[in-house]
Amino acid sequence: MLRFLVRRTLGALVILLFISAFTYFLFFAIPHDPALLSCGKNCTPDNIALIHRNLGLDEPIPVQYFHYMVGIFAGRHFSVGDCSAPCFGYSFANSDPVWPTILNRFPLTLSLAAGGIVVFLLVGLGAGMLAAWRRGTFIDKFFSSVSLVLSSMQIYFVGPIVLALLVYNNQIMDQPKYVPISEDPVGWFSGLLIPWCVLSIIFTAGYTRMSRSTMIDQLQEEHVRTARAKGMSSRYVFFRYAWRGSLIPIVTMLGLDIGTLLGGAMITEFTFSLAGIGRLAVDSVLRTDLPMLMGVMLFSAALIVLFNIIVDAAYAFIDPRVRLS
Amino acid sequence: MTSQTQAVVTDADDGSIDPAAQTQGLGKQAGDIVGFSPGQLMWRRFKRDRTGVLSAFVVIFFFAIAILAPVISKLYGKDPYTLYGQNNSDLLNEFGYPVAPNGGVSSSFWFGIEPGLGRDVFTQLLYGIRTSLFISVAVTLATVTTAILLGITSGYLGGRADYFIGRVSDLLLAFPSQLFFVAFMPIVVAIFVDPQDETPTYLRVTALIAVQWFLGWMGLSRILRGQVLSLREREFIEAAKVTGASSWRIVRRELLPNLVTPILVQATFMLPGFVTAEAGLSFLGVGIIEPTPDWGRMFAKGGDIAQNDITYMFFPGIAMVIFIVAFNLLGDSVRDAFDPKSGR
Repeated sequence: MLRFLVRRTLGALVILLFISAFTYFLFFAIPHDPALLSCGKNCTPDNIALIHRNLGLDEPIPVQYFHYMVGIFAGRHFSVGDCSAPCFGYSFANSDPVWPTILNRFPLTLSLAAGGIVVFLLVGLGAGMLAAWRRGTFIDKFFSSVSLVLSSMQIYFVGPIVLALLVYNNQIMDQPKYVPISEDPVGWFSGLLIPWCVLSIIFTAGYTRMSRSTMIDQLQEEHVRTARAKGMSSRYVFFRYAWRGSLIPIVTMLGLDIGTLLGGAMITEFTFSLAGIGRLAVDSVLRTDLPMLMGVMLFSAALIVLFNIIVDAAYAFIDPRVRLS
Repeated sequence: MTSQTQAVVTDADDGSIDPAAQTQGLGKQAGDIVGFSPGQLMWRRFKRDRTGVLSAFVVIFFFAIAILAPVISKLYGKDPYTLYGQNNSDLLNEFGYPVAPNGGVSSSFWFGIEPGLGRDVFTQLLYGIRTSLFISVAVTLATVTTAILLGITSGYLGGRADYFIGRVSDLLLAFPSQLFFVAFMPIVVAIFVDPQDETPTYLRVTALIAVQWFLGWMGLSRILRGQVLSLREREFIEAAKVTGASSWRIVRRELLPNLVTPILVQATFMLPGFVTAEAGLSFLGVGIIEPTPDWGRMFAKGGDIAQNDITYMFFPGIAMVIFIVAFNLLGDSVRDAFDPKSGR
């Protein structure tokens, strides 16, 4: 297990190194001066020279990249000020340090992802298992058709309609907002309830369809039939045999989804005006704020890679046949 | 239902007389055993699947209105750029919202009037679907071509090429895809245009196609690699090698025909994904921008005005729901028709 973790972590670091190099070179090696991008439409040569000096852009790009990577682990000194250990530089747009800004935005994205995951796991897995259990009946057909329609309900379509109906026109709910859970748990819950539900629609549909089909596959397995033939109750067989067997594909999909969601649910945050990581990314793109974008990119990629490792390690716990080596 | 391994079916349940059946069953009675190619079998199975045929018609309808958008708007007498609401002061009230109820839906403006600018929603949607489908089809073609090239290369050649392509696709799979699309749109545009100049529309379209293509090919490429790995060891490939066929001929004449099924099935599942991804980018304001009509951009506008004019949102929204549902059903049917054993 330990050897597996060490090896996977090293592999993940190599992947992140490649991603950072790829992103950095494309961001900063485009034929136009990044300082010009950050400077906007009305730019004087003096401003550009200042930005160059402040950000170390007058060095060759490989040297810049080297300084950037060293800065992440050892901190960095800019003429505008010191930047301590995980240093991802300063925003082009408003000179905020990148890493503290990301950390500041992360609790919202974490809350949004956590609530959404709870909703789609409960509803999606529940509906999928019920459909598999009552395969071929009305319940099965109902859940299958509903999940087919729900899987085409995009957040940017449902979100504004839900807002208009529940918030603006009928005042049933408040405008979605984020309050830290430590300050006001009730406000945290009610403020994020609409985003959680809207975010989880498409995921719910996906998990319903997948848990239904894997459960049906599992129920046709030999060991499940043997257990039934031995006289075990169908409920016991359903939960202890078939359910455990169908966990692997579900955990695989869940790991990928968690990694992606934690890196920022852009469309959800944009629709509900929530200032999380996804919103930060969109704003940075619209302002061509390359250092901020670079930081968010690495942060999100690191989360995806991390959850890939967690999923692989989780296989060993779910299925004792899997040997990690 | 017939299975693919059993390439012989009776012609009893199908009233029509197949030319192939006629030549094969020359001089025999109807109801004899007749041979069919896998393509014919697939087509017969597909025709019998009512959901599949219906969804195929819906999908064809969407492509037809996308292609015929200029003709339809000419017959309809309006275009997506004219600001009807601002030219005619009776249409919009002082806040810029349609005077008539339900977003201004009337016999002259079938889907109503866009609040603010006062453009015609019907032609906006027609041309929007046209833009979105053009981009998505282009992305699908590009990704499928790339996946075929790289998948077959790594499966057939193996060794170093396989290792290299495998690692590159591992790396690309670790990219946060949506964030990548959003982040690299301005970069790809900036490669071609000075940031202080106006970006032409065709360049934004090219950039949208490029970023989605870049992270789109890995899934299909892996599937094809796996297929080629198993096909490579089969006798017919070996026979072709023994008879001295070149690698190119083996790939073209022996491998590709056997890969048509996964390619077609995956492509039908990929396209709606590209449509929603492109719409998402335009919704976030980094895809297609004003004044080019675009499906996704209509959602951005709809979101801004949903509080006061919710009708506007339903036209692009319901059109998209119908399109995606039909396309997914079509994908299921195509898969079942090619491979009836896969089941639902």
